[in-house]
Amino acid sequence: MNAASGIDRRAFLVKVAAASGALTLGFDVTQAAAGRAPEITAWIVIQPDDTVIIRVARSEMGQGTLTALPMLVAEELECDWSKVTVEFPRPDENLRRNRIWGDFSTGGSRSIRNSQEPLRKAGATARDMLIAAAAARWGVAANECRARNSVITHGPSGRTLTFGKVATAAAKIAPPTEVTLKDPAQWRLLGTPVRRLDVTDKVMGKPIYGIDVNLPGMLHAALMQCPVFKGTLKSVDESGIAAMRGVQKVVKLKDAVAVVAETWWLAKKALDALRIEWDDGGNGTTSGDSIRDFLLGGLAAGEAGIGRTDGNLAEGFANAAQRIEADYSVPFLAHATMEPQNCTVHVTGNTAEIWVPTQNGEAAMASAAHTLGISSQNVRVHKTMLGGGFGRRGATQDFVPLAVLIAKEVDRPVKVVWSREEDIRHDYYRPVAMARMSAALDAAGMPRAWHVRMTGNSIWSTLMPTALRGGVDRQFQEGFLADMPYDIPHYLADYAIRNTHVPVGFWRCVNHTQNCFFRESFIDEMAHAAGVDPLEYRRRLIGRHRHAKKFLAVLNAAADRAGWNTPAAPQTYRGLAVNEAYGTFVAAVAEASVGADGTVRTPRIVVALDPGTIVNPLTAEMQSESAVVFGLTAALYGEITIKDGRVEQSNFDNYRMLRLAEMPKVETVLAPSGGFWAGCGEPPVAVVAPALCNAIFAATGKRIRSLPLKNHDLRKV
Amino acid sequence: MISLTINGQSHNVDVEPDTPLLWAIRENVGLTGTKYGCGVAQCGSCTVHVDGVAMRSCAVPASAAIGKRITTIEGLAENGVLHKVQKAWVDHEVPQCGYCQSGMIMAVAALLKDKPKPTDADINSAITNICRCGTFQQVREAIHAAASA
Ligand code: FES
Ligand code: FES
Repeated sequence: MNAASGIDRRAFLVKVAAASGALTLGFDVTQAAAGRAPEITAWIVIQPDDTVIIRVARSEMGQGTLTALPMLVAEELECDWSKVTVEFPRPDENLRRNRIWGDFSTGGSRSIRNSQEPLRKAGATARDMLIAAAAARWGVAANECRARNSVITHGPSGRTLTFGKVATAAAKIAPPTEVTLKDPAQWRLLGTPVRRLDVTDKVMGKPIYGIDVNLPGMLHAALMQCPVFKGTLKSVDESGIAAMRGVQKVVKLKDAVAVVAETWWLAKKALDALRIEWDDGGNGTTSGDSIRDFLLGGLAAGEAGIGRTDGNLAEGFANAAQRIEADYSVPFLAHATMEPQNCTVHVTGNTAEIWVPTQNGEAAMASAAHTLGISSQNVRVHKTMLGGGFGRRGATQDFVPLAVLIAKEVDRPVKVVWSREEDIRHDYYRPVAMARMSAALDAAGMPRAWHVRMTGNSIWSTLMPTALRGGVDRQFQEGFLADMPYDIPHYLADYAIRNTHVPVGFWRCVNHTQNCFFRESFIDEMAHAAGVDPLEYRRRLIGRHRHAKKFLAVLNAAADRAGWNTPAAPQTYRGLAVNEAYGTFVAAVAEASVGADGTVRTPRIVVALDPGTIVNPLTAEMQSESAVVFGLTAALYGEITIKDGRVEQSNFDNYRMLRLAEMPKVETVLAPSGGFWAGCGEPPVAVVAPALCNAIFAATGKRIRSLPLKNHDLRKV
Repeated sequence: MISLTINGQSHNVDVEPDTPLLWAIRENVGLTGTKYGCGVAQCGSCTVHVDGVAMRSCAVPASAAIGKRITTIEGLAENGVLHKVQKAWVDHEVPQCGYCQSGMIMAVAALLKDKPKPTDADINSAITNICRCGTFQQVREAIHAAASA
């Protein structure tokens, strides 16, 4: 298929490989490797020079997967870590080989959790095969040999062979049906700080992200989608671009227009010169106010899906010593990955080849195939490096079908790059949400009853309706269900779904990002009403939960490191929050000051993190810092607002990001308690806003019940 | 056709004079280490040196760089030896996704030329690049390390 278009794909791959040195960053080389040396299990290729190539099915988007997943293999393989390189297998290869590499989807902090066992087993399997090959060569029993650092040693005779010498023979040996994994106490690599494999290339500008893909004969496209969600294209007046250079074609889609040109800049200029008319599909009058009214209706609605109920609410509210009530709300948020959405596609007849920065290569493949009405077998997918993901590039692959439809109109490869404005205005946003809290406290100030009514845009009902059970979206209520840490005798969490026309999706740490803010702020309100220290109040309330020990451990660890019971710096106040997300337990203490002019400063944030097992403490710590920035950016500034059915924000000048000057000192206490595996990339995001807002309450007496903070006047009056 | 000198090499580039330098570098010259993040001088992903001064190339017309020395991330290392900022970046493992890092490194390299021992306040006011992965803590540490290297 490539010959026809005159593209020598092999030459292209080689060029990329040579440009990036040892690591072929950004590109799969499955075929090339398979031709070079034998596979010992689908995950491992060992070359005669002892180079170990480990395959990584998940995407690298900054979270360190590309280093952590190979560590899991290498620990059991007993190879020399300095000889390890990595490659991404292609999703279409996975399909052809009966999904031998399993799931490619990268999200939900799942990469370690779901991969650890198969990867460690692959390493152990390959190690046993290599030992068996060496033993056979020597004519000795395999149990007299052991592997360490890519060398197999025969104990009694002291003879040695390196992995590279026996790799070909090992590949022919039937894999053992059972392998024994090491006891964590014997780990030499896992749990130690290991340098990331991709850093040197990244400081030299070498990795190829999707936006950097460059194919011979490639054209470029800029696009504009209907600014009002769910609207359609009415007409395009092309007269303004007749004389513009480099323009190849104007592609009109149902709800978008694209200009294909010799360069992206020329395409963008021409796109801006088009006069486009849209049909707003009836949503052109939707605004922040109408969405707010719609959600307020949800708070008061009689009907709501029950996520959890304990005891009897009416009984709990009867004879309460104190009742407290409060409404909370959060806005839509865009992901704003640093690399805007993009996808490069070459369609030839009934096959297609795509290059895409995606968190889910298999979904990208299926989506391209579906759009073209062809079989997935006919779509070749190359995953590139990702300039951030945060959930934008996972469950939603909208950038793929758009690019495919544009590329279908031209007979050359086309790289479709979204402008930042397009990227901000066409996202699958963190849902808008509200919570109405009512609680009854007893004479000691402890809660007897608590009703949590939530409302807002359901992600499941739009993206994965089959996940709904009896109309209940459990993900929307995460943090208020079995994962709610506190003992409340009479408790009800229910959710009235209110879907707006704005598309919503999975945003780093998903619904925990609002629910933890709602819950941990309101618990602080209860503590204040009870006149009890917020840390002490939580300690009393975390009692019978099956993970009580873990919740308490991170809470205490964060409080101890922060010096909760010692005075903070002058004018500085502390707030805290605790949560469990995707199996990881996390607590934070934020230190904040509020100036006379209302400016909020956050000099220090302490995070305590228990993901069970930590593979690479270096990346775990950096993920924690990264998550704090993500959560803090949203708490301070994050807000996507709707007017006339469209997003009002467009770029970083009006969708503000945290910068270096505002960066708190982040201290992470890694407190893995062992025995389980969970992730680090998302969980700390959720605890930042409540810890900060609780600190602001301590500082000012003002309770923050809506985000972002920039909308609040915190000046001293 | 305009002539641009990038990393010591001269290139004849067929662009309109008002084409942003960023796109001339990425699309016409083919050096993709310099990144597009916003196009409106907000994020700094596109930072390059023009006659030694850090500039956000999305906001500089290509014509304004004629006759000047342009350095991109690909030209920062000399004779295969990493610049001290790049070295500090490797030691402190600064990059996460890496996308913003070319611009971040170029901005820091220019800062250190101006102020070899920057204070935290100098760093705060000079380094305003956006990093969505939130590498700022490592960035600050690495700047101090590079300054004392
Ligand atoms: S792309 Fe130039 S500053 Fe953002
Ligand atoms: S490292 Fe990802 S945006 Fe900075």
